[in-house]
Amino acid sequence: MQYLQILVNGIVLGALYACLAVGFSLVWGVLNVINMLHGSFIILGGYLAFFAWHSFGIHPLLALPFVAAILYGIGYVTQLMVINRVVSQPVLTTLTLTFGLDLILYNFMTVYYTATPRRVTLNLGHIDIAGIFMPIDRLFGMLLALLMTGLLYVLLRGSRIGRAIVAVRMDGAAAALMGIRIDRVYAITFGIGALMAGAAGAIFSMVFPITTNLTGDFLGKAFVVCVIGGLGSVPGALVGGLALGIIESFAGQMFGPQHALTVGFVLMLALLVVKPTGLTGIKGYE
Amino acid sequence: MSPTMRYVIFALWVIALASVPLWAGNYFVRMAILIAMFSGLTMSWNFIGGFTGYPSFATAAFFGLGCYAGALSQKAGVPMVLAWLVATVFVGAFAAALGAIVLRLRGHYFAIGSIALVEVTRLVISSWGSLTGGGDGLNVPLIQGSPTEVAVTFLGVMLAIMVVVFVVTVIVDRNRLGFGLRCIQQNEDAADMVGIDTTRYKVFAFTLSALFCGTIGAAYASWTGYIDPTDSFSILMSIKVPVMCILGGAGTVLGPVVGAATFMILEEVLWANFLDYNRAILGAVTVLLILFLPGGLLRINYRELMARYAARSKRSGAPA
Repeated sequence: MQYLQILVNGIVLGALYACLAVGFSLVWGVLNVINMLHGSFIILGGYLAFFAWHSFGIHPLLALPFVAAILYGIGYVTQLMVINRVVSQPVLTTLTLTFGLDLILYNFMTVYYTATPRRVTLNLGHIDIAGIFMPIDRLFGMLLALLMTGLLYVLLRGSRIGRAIVAVRMDGAAAALMGIRIDRVYAITFGIGALMAGAAGAIFSMVFPITTNLTGDFLGKAFVVCVIGGLGSVPGALVGGLALGIIESFAGQMFGPQHALTVGFVLMLALLVVKPTGLTGIKGYE
Repeated sequence: MSPTMRYVIFALWVIALASVPLWAGNYFVRMAILIAMFSGLTMSWNFIGGFTGYPSFATAAFFGLGCYAGALSQKAGVPMVLAWLVATVFVGAFAAALGAIVLRLRGHYFAIGSIALVEVTRLVISSWGSLTGGGDGLNVPLIQGSPTEVAVTFLGVMLAIMVVVFVVTVIVDRNRLGFGLRCIQQNEDAADMVGIDTTRYKVFAFTLSALFCGTIGAAYASWTGYIDPTDSFSILMSIKVPVMCILGGAGTVLGPVVGAATFMILEEVLWANFLDYNRAILGAVTVLLILFLPGGLLRINYRELMARYAARSKRSGAPA
């Protein structure tokens, strides 16, 4: 029974991780950019949701679309104005650039919001099924995370813009020849990446206390999920997220919670060496 | 710039830094020590990041391991200078063993792998409390003497390390190894085809990039007398060092020195004047650097030199 509880905890955590990482994975896959801003976007989304709730009493569920829209705008403009200028350059350049942007965003968030941990407390109680304990806000967060991830999947598969993104990811040059405006698609993709980060942050703020100190941790999770699951696809992020959630949950139980992160990273390093395409990856797509 | 010219400039710069205690107070001596230290780190990174073109963000891992290896040896009774050597050898061996694995990765995966390296080493050091003191950090035996004497001693030490790294850089630059590394930077598959043992060269460059980070880390630990995991394994350092190198000119001999000095002075001025926003300004500097000065202050970018030589020579003066 204890193991079942750990497994359920892992799945809940994993769904959140999938939502957290899917935007990062999309940006990496399509733009070939390691977006160091992702962690700060998540916290920004979480803070916006928190302050909407704290100052104006807006329910996070209502705030979520607005938070997502704001983050999309920020992401779109950042990509169009700044990152597009160097997007085709080596990873050292793009990574350093996004890290510089992250320093700016992080600094302003810390100064204006301070690093105090904050959380939206909904007090929804908990449920007990067959001895498995589950706070309802967590369950709610998991479903929301899965919903957002699912929506992204539908968007990528079903819409014109989604197909354009997938086309650019498969072959940018060919997509450009077919009349797709690459720089626009890049901006939209980066916007979606930021949007998913913001949504993940808003969901996180209902489940855990969030603070700017967590940006690095979230970014690290996104790395691990991407490498485990494979790049640039929604199912990959889902597999990677769930795998990491379950592994962390069990590793935390076996070695103590402070080692859960280490296990994730070590696993990632091992997997990088053995199978850099990730569990669901296709060869040639790395 | 002719090689002789480079050596003269470097020698003058070292003499200038060494003379700081003669005409300025301890604050400026500390600054000079930090400049020498970061020059050493940046020149080290240059082996793998500049010459070889591998986006390594593992500097903080090597520096941190150097800190702990040195501090723990010193606590175990090893004399200070010997402890620095122990740290150097340990970090070098660590990098060589790890390089054989990590260097199979390229591009983005290598970047991510090297960042993960920093995180893993930090997590291991901070959770191995019985040996390293965990999050409480570690006190390192201080050397005897007044603050001024200590500062002057460590200025000498850091400058000596800086000179050694510079000499190694020059040797590598003029040697078969440097040529091979540049080939790898331009096109690794082609380099492999023409008979360069890419794996061995890369491991060599990676080890070189780690070796002196270990020495510098150990010397830093002895200088400050206290280390902790957050400070020693800071991802910020891992990014700052490449930024310094790009600022000066990655893959050049003098670029890292110029970049480190410029960056450190800039950072210190910003720290002093904008306490709340120094990180944001640091970020802005980084962004502007990447967008407008990708070749670095020396404007010697081997990647672009050939193709852009004509276009570049039309421009006059250094872009701001």
